[in-house]
Amino acid sequence: MANTPTAETRAGWSLVSVPAVYVLLMLAAPLLLVFGLSFVGLQGGAKVALPLQEGQDLQFTLSNYAKLFCLSASESCSSTDVRMAQATTTAMLRSLFVAALVTLTTVVLAYPVAYYVSFHVAPSKKALWLFLITIPFWTSYVIRVALWRTILGYDGAVDATLGAVGIIDQPLNLLQYGTASIIITLSHAYAPFAVLPIFVSLEKVDHSLLEAGQDLGESRWTTFLRVTLPLSMAGVVAAVLIVFIPTVGDYVTPELIGGGKVPMIANFIETQMWKLRNQSMGAALAVSSMLIVGILALIFVLANRRFLGVRK
Amino acid sequence: MKKGLGLRSYTIFYLIVLYAPIIILPMFAFNNATTVAFPLQGFTTQWFSEMLANTNLRKALVNSLIVSLSSATLATVLGILAARSAVRYSWPGKGLVMGSIMVPLVLPEMIVAMSLLVLLLAMGIKLSLFTIILGHVLMCMPFAVAILTSAFQTLDKSLEEAALDLGENAWSTFRLIVLPLVMPGIMASFLITFTISIDEFIIANFLGGGEPVLSVFIFTAFRFPATVPPVLALGTMLVAFSIILLTIAEYFRRRGVAKAGGKDSGGFL
Repeated sequence: MANTPTAETRAGWSLVSVPAVYVLLMLAAPLLLVFGLSFVGLQGGAKVALPLQEGQDLQFTLSNYAKLFCLSASESCSSTDVRMAQATTTAMLRSLFVAALVTLTTVVLAYPVAYYVSFHVAPSKKALWLFLITIPFWTSYVIRVALWRTILGYDGAVDATLGAVGIIDQPLNLLQYGTASIIITLSHAYAPFAVLPIFVSLEKVDHSLLEAGQDLGESRWTTFLRVTLPLSMAGVVAAVLIVFIPTVGDYVTPELIGGGKVPMIANFIETQMWKLRNQSMGAALAVSSMLIVGILALIFVLANRRFLGVRK
Repeated sequence: MKKGLGLRSYTIFYLIVLYAPIIILPMFAFNNATTVAFPLQGFTTQWFSEMLANTNLRKALVNSLIVSLSSATLATVLGILAARSAVRYSWPGKGLVMGSIMVPLVLPEMIVAMSLLVLLLAMGIKLSLFTIILGHVLMCMPFAVAILTSAFQTLDKSLEEAALDLGENAWSTFRLIVLPLVMPGIMASFLITFTISIDEFIIANFLGGGEPVLSVFIFTAFRFPATVPPVLALGTMLVAFSIILLTIAEYFRRRGVAKAGGKDSGGFL
């Protein structure tokens, strides 16, 4: 049927047009709208709450972004603005700190698992192992996160176990350490995300290279460091990004585990967009946080580009 | 293989930790105590009967089923179109279009939910179960496309060409040859996207306009200690249900691989 390039192109496009238009309307348009909203305001600095009322005219302004930088009081920054900017900055830094630690934990703990499944499991059993690793990820995120409350909380599983063994005589109630509990919970929730990309890149490693390394006098450990690890770095980079980006924007865990006392940036975006109906401010917050995460991700990819370029 | 043994025990330990919350869940769902704390107090099915008697919960269950069935169907249909187009034909702009479909995988959900919310508000569309479905289809499509792409890839192109040579037209070839061979992939995609949709919380919470669905019900219940035990019973049933669906999906995926005569190379993605 589609033998000439034009006919083939037409066939491909007509099939993909419906999903493509869907993504355009439901993803591209909303993201562009948020970007636009972050640069507008109303006369007199009133908040922009959609839908607009009769007679409200949007004007171009940078004041939404300016408010985010109100770190000390001045003529353009009211004391409310300063408190809000400081709290937002704290939440953003906390989000980055939490996401960085979660990423480090998940990737370091996941690498040996991916290595074991790729190198030591019989090919016919690999699918079963991956299935076992991914099942918990497919069960309700809210339930898994909430259960950590019962594990970490007062007289929870951790307290009960340590108490029974005799390590502690008072309940620890780890839940009172908000940020630490959030890091533990998120590291658990995103664990399978880290295993899969590393596994995929390890599967592509040419085993004859490892034999060559050992024939040439390398030990197992140095072969791993000098051959296997560099060849699997593409998977590690993918794992880092796939864990880091969603955890920066996590909402459920700070709400359920931190009890709302240690908010992360997504909780602030939700407050502006939803609770306060201050949507242009929320948009500025969303755009700036995405920009920060985007820049960090880009730096990380560029820093590792020598590993990404060597693959055939 | 001494090294393999160490790695093996580490991996098994890792799996135990991974499953810890899911193992603890039924322990407390059947525990005869109003507080969720060790030691366990004894066996009861009280929380299950309390949960089944809750009318709000029944409403949420019906709503969730409507949302998940619609989202899974739509996402799978859109996924079939995109995956078939990407695998079978070459066309300019493929990387861009297929990449855009995958974007929700790497965007924080809050960003996706809030941008959709802003668009719906700006257009004056009332929030309802329908708007949750709009968001869920977007979130589910990357998974559907990933599963279906690998299903279409295992398809032998010469089978289609043979059917065409023997006088079938494009549509009957698709219906008689392609569809039966990718059916396991379609089933897997439907079950996976159904599971994602029924568990999804953020879009369901913000785009639902106050209509209760299961994930929102669970989230709210966990914030108040008194409602925790019945919701643990609900959670136990949901997790069991998810695991059953996933096992069926995995069965279909493997059957698909076997049918196409391919080599089983790994999980869903």
